[in-house]
Amino acid sequence: MKRNSDKINFILGLILLIIVIIPALIGLVWTPYDPEAMSSSSKLAGVSLKHLMGCDNFGRDVLSRIMSGSSITLIIAFGTVALGTVVGTVLGALAGFLGGAFDEVLMRINDVFLAFPSILLAMVMVALLGSGKYQVMLALGIAFIPSYARIVRGEFIRIKNLDYVKSARLAGAGNLRIIFVHILPNIKTVLLSSVMIGFNNAVLAEAGLSFLGIGVQPPDASLGRMLSEAQAYFFTRPTLALFPGIVIVMMILGFSLMSKEIR
Amino acid sequence: MKYVIKKLLSCAITLLIVALLVFVAFSIIPGDPALSRLGTSATESSLAALREQMGLNRPLPVRFVEWLLAALKGDFGTSYSYNIPVSSMIMSKIPITVTMMIMSLFFMLIISIPLGVYASYKEGTWIDRVIQIINQVIMAVPPFFSGILITLIFGVTFRFFRVGGFVAPGVDMGRFLSYMIFPSLSIALPKSAMILNLLYGSLNSEKTKDYIRTAYSRGNSSKAVFFGHMLKNAAMPVITFLGMVIADMIAGSIIIEQVFGIPGLGRILLTSIQNRDYPVVEAIIVMIAAVVLVSNLLVDFLYRLVDPRVEKK
Repeated sequence: MKRNSDKINFILGLILLIIVIIPALIGLVWTPYDPEAMSSSSKLAGVSLKHLMGCDNFGRDVLSRIMSGSSITLIIAFGTVALGTVVGTVLGALAGFLGGAFDEVLMRINDVFLAFPSILLAMVMVALLGSGKYQVMLALGIAFIPSYARIVRGEFIRIKNLDYVKSARLAGAGNLRIIFVHILPNIKTVLLSSVMIGFNNAVLAEAGLSFLGIGVQPPDASLGRMLSEAQAYFFTRPTLALFPGIVIVMMILGFSLMSKEIR
Repeated sequence: MKYVIKKLLSCAITLLIVALLVFVAFSIIPGDPALSRLGTSATESSLAALREQMGLNRPLPVRFVEWLLAALKGDFGTSYSYNIPVSSMIMSKIPITVTMMIMSLFFMLIISIPLGVYASYKEGTWIDRVIQIINQVIMAVPPFFSGILITLIFGVTFRFFRVGGFVAPGVDMGRFLSYMIFPSLSIALPKSAMILNLLYGSLNSEKTKDYIRTAYSRGNSSKAVFFGHMLKNAAMPVITFLGMVIADMIAGSIIIEQVFGIPGLGRILLTSIQNRDYPVVEAIIVMIAAVVLVSNLLVDFLYRLVDPRVEKK
């Protein structure tokens, strides 16, 4: 029963993600209209066959902007998770495996970072680095390192004292071989699940930063920024806020449903 | 007691590291605070004079210690952009943000706990399933979008509140509080979903344990077993989670303030980041860290109060 419902979760999550990711991938090479092209004649145009999701206050086609905005969101999420996972895994592995003073110092610094919600940490980073899509990627990536480091460290401490690792050591395996060949492959499920949650958090944080106006900068389209711009047209065109918002929810829901099954 | 002192000490050290990292980070980034305050038309001599006055010529460690000592007395320096004390800028906004936090915390608990208990009580029925599905969707709604949806539904459609009609607490306390209801709900809803989920899982796993069966076999009513035994044990993971929720709620409030046009701490933090007004950013970040650390500490103590066994481990 439990397994069955988890499978349904996974499939649902996958379907949601496919619905969002395919248009985003297409958006990299083709959009129905130029996402930046303004047109005074179609200002705030409603939903129609010509503009499937209508147009914004500058007459820009919303569907095209959502397609290109979600591809930027996903690219940022990918970069963020890649940076966070790789650096976090290396640091966590070393801390967990070596222990001692290195572990102590690293974990203290880690605690400091973990005391902040990641979006707040990212805001500090943006204050230091400036805003824009690459800065956001770097800021979020750095903000994500501590949580990966902690997870990987915990797993390394758990596994390094297991018998099979001891016997590998007796058989003459060096530290690097033990870390990469014997321990790392055994934490891939845990890591995969946190990667999914990482995507979830990255989408959320990027949309949040862009919503606040300190994330992705124009002319790049961004779902979060579209939401904040739509606020001025609540009464006239609520769909301007609903479409990008629903896409963000679908991404987040998709990643979180899939991470459940992997766990 | 020894434990309390140890915890307090480690909390203070963490806060010190936060302050140090923040101060150093904002001191070493390129850019001249004197230039940003006076503008590009300033003469070289007036810039030099201001740098001297701001103490920018002295070594970093000295400046940090001075900043720290002043901060302990509540003096966080002067804002680059507005040229007024940072503390007076922040102090007037704290009541607004704190009110919002307390209200959200309240909504979060009165939504999540009864529903979580009810869903667990009805485990396996259609009501349980409906609650679970709605919960899963709400969990995926980011706070800014929940704010927008709540504005669309309650502000635009039903006109329960005037969109953008924030009233300062000094002007009209009643209207201030009623305006804060919907922003607080927007912060509380996604978090309520998480707590509900956690409480539900934890209650269901307690249900099948031996001590519950024993409690029943001793003739306790199901109500007595539930409130006397189960709820307390099932609350443990929820209490741990509360510490994290508070940090998350602070982050959420920064965003929600933008959605509802509330001039609180989040608004200042954001404009200060955009204007590169570092003394203000530093002060707010250190304050938030302090709140997060202290609330984690309180959660830790609460945990021990509910479950004295933790002490012995």
